[in-house]
Amino acid sequence: MTSQSYRLLAPRKRARKRQGTWQLRLARWAGLALIYALLTLGALTMVFPFYWMVSTAFKSIQEALIFPPTLVPTEWLWSNFREAWEAAPFPRYFANTTFMASASTLGTLITTVLAAYAFARMRFFGKNVLFILFMATMMMPFEVILIPNFLIIKTLKWYNTFLALIVPWTASVFGIFLLRQFYLSLPKDLFDAAVIDGCSHFRFLWNVAVPLSVPALITVGIFSFLGSWNSLLWPLIVTSNPEMRPIQVGLTAFQSEAGSYYNRMMAAATLAVLPIVAMFLVAQKQFVEGIARTGLKG
Amino acid sequence: MPKLGDLLFKDTVGLTPGAKRRYWSETLAAYLYLLPAILIIVTFHFFPIFYAFFISLNKWSILQERFVGLQNYARLLWDPDLWNSLLVTIWYALGTVPFALAISLFIAILLFQNIQGRGIFRTVYFLPNITSVVAAAVVWGWVFNAQYGVINYFLELIGFQPLQWILEPTGVFKMFLENLGLNVPEWAGGPSLALVAVMIMTIWSAIGFNMIIYLAGLGNISKELYEAARIDGATEWQVFRKITFPLLSPTTFFLLVVSVIRSFRAFDGIYAMTTRNGPAGGPLNTTRTVTVYIYNTAFGAGNPKMGYAAAAAFILMAVVLILTIVQFRYVGEKVHYE
Repeated sequence: MTSQSYRLLAPRKRARKRQGTWQLRLARWAGLALIYALLTLGALTMVFPFYWMVSTAFKSIQEALIFPPTLVPTEWLWSNFREAWEAAPFPRYFANTTFMASASTLGTLITTVLAAYAFARMRFFGKNVLFILFMATMMMPFEVILIPNFLIIKTLKWYNTFLALIVPWTASVFGIFLLRQFYLSLPKDLFDAAVIDGCSHFRFLWNVAVPLSVPALITVGIFSFLGSWNSLLWPLIVTSNPEMRPIQVGLTAFQSEAGSYYNRMMAAATLAVLPIVAMFLVAQKQFVEGIARTGLKG
Repeated sequence: MPKLGDLLFKDTVGLTPGAKRRYWSETLAAYLYLLPAILIIVTFHFFPIFYAFFISLNKWSILQERFVGLQNYARLLWDPDLWNSLLVTIWYALGTVPFALAISLFIAILLFQNIQGRGIFRTVYFLPNITSVVAAAVVWGWVFNAQYGVINYFLELIGFQPLQWILEPTGVFKMFLENLGLNVPEWAGGPSLALVAVMIMTIWSAIGFNMIIYLAGLGNISKELYEAARIDGATEWQVFRKITFPLLSPTTFFLLVVSVIRSFRAFDGIYAMTTRNGPAGGPLNTTRTVTVYIYNTAFGAGNPKMGYAAAAAFILMAVVLILTIVQFRYVGEKVHYE
């Protein structure tokens, strides 16, 4: 981003330097100051809810429930986190979510790689029809298939099981499309050379195509994990047992259970947000590039 | 329009018997590769479309009761709850999409200037977007709390009365105009203050995504154009009006289409923010969008009406489809492609 960004102000800056009058220099500084002021103000607005969440999470319940509120906790209480952690089965929620998100991401990656490779590099009967059929499912809003999927889960006796939370999300048409485009863009010579050397499809896929497509796979993986971690509607529908709740459902339920213990509620929200924020800060580049490249999320 | 048969068999035309054998053995291999994806997509994405339509033709509670044809659709057309929730959805889209697009375009342009700390700003603006909507709704619900909320504190600081926010079913136009001493009928009340609170949260969370797409779009605009404009002495505003905005129009159009679809399907944030007392969509159903209505009808408290809800989902789909076509027809043709 930095390398290609264009300095909108640069040519005029040079012109101003040539003229060198102090009025123009002042105007330039004022312009820059305005940009920084606006960006900082915006950034503070964006961060404020996070700050308010964390600061409330550290307050005592008496301090959380006074008006006007204190902007900084007078006393920083770590105990709220422990109390929130114990007030509801949060450890269980976290374990459920981690398992659900990891398993569906892994499943998605496997099915996506195999299917995308077949679509990109193999000739087979019914290829175009199947591809159009896959793409057509992308157009369908989730609300439409929500009710039939719920009934299918019931019929399969998967209600309140991990199978219901994971299996429907182990394939992504969008991921297949993305990866197919990538495999199509690999030079054909690479493939032909491998075939002449007697390389099978599977070995080519595993030893050449997969290693080359790691950035695209990371994009698919991140969106799959994020979508699963942040999902609410589907888990809400296919689980009723608190033992099976993922974190988002648990947090929603805790909101009513916690009553006016806003400090514990904010502590729970902080815990729910933390893993994804940490993941984002580590893999920020992949997140941003993935979105810029695909224009899609979740 | 190619025939299905041609589409299916075009690969085998004119192949030698040996090549044909290889073709069919490769077909077998390919379907082994595709099997896992086909199983999942057909079971949970493709077949359910037809199943959903079948359900919508039935009186269907938890189990199928009887076939009623198009009766669910006919009843929905006269269901004030559906129309009411469609109106809420339209307000929600109107109150979020234009603002989120305008703000993120503004931020993207500022971030595109030659400034220090761009990475930090970008991270901060993007952070809400990866935060789960549920956690965001829990936090914003607290920020908007009627009794202890920090927003009310800020309002008081600048000399306003505290507001009820997510508990307030009164339309914002009505609240505003009645403050000026005008009498406003119910139908002209506009979106409820509760819905406006949800909108604010939605805009906050959507900005980062739009901004990233806009930044990518800005990176694609040719630099020579700007230089030429500078040489001709164009002002910043003229540069924006005549170069940046027209050349970004494909990006804006893409974001518009995607955002409208998203706002018509929004569920998580509204559910998590409004479900505290009674079913989601309160107060007085003024935040009950169509998606929330579908959820409440099929899975909420009381006797589930799955057939009816499935029909409502198809109506929602039709509305979104029509809106998307209209956007392509009337907005899409104004888009400037290089």
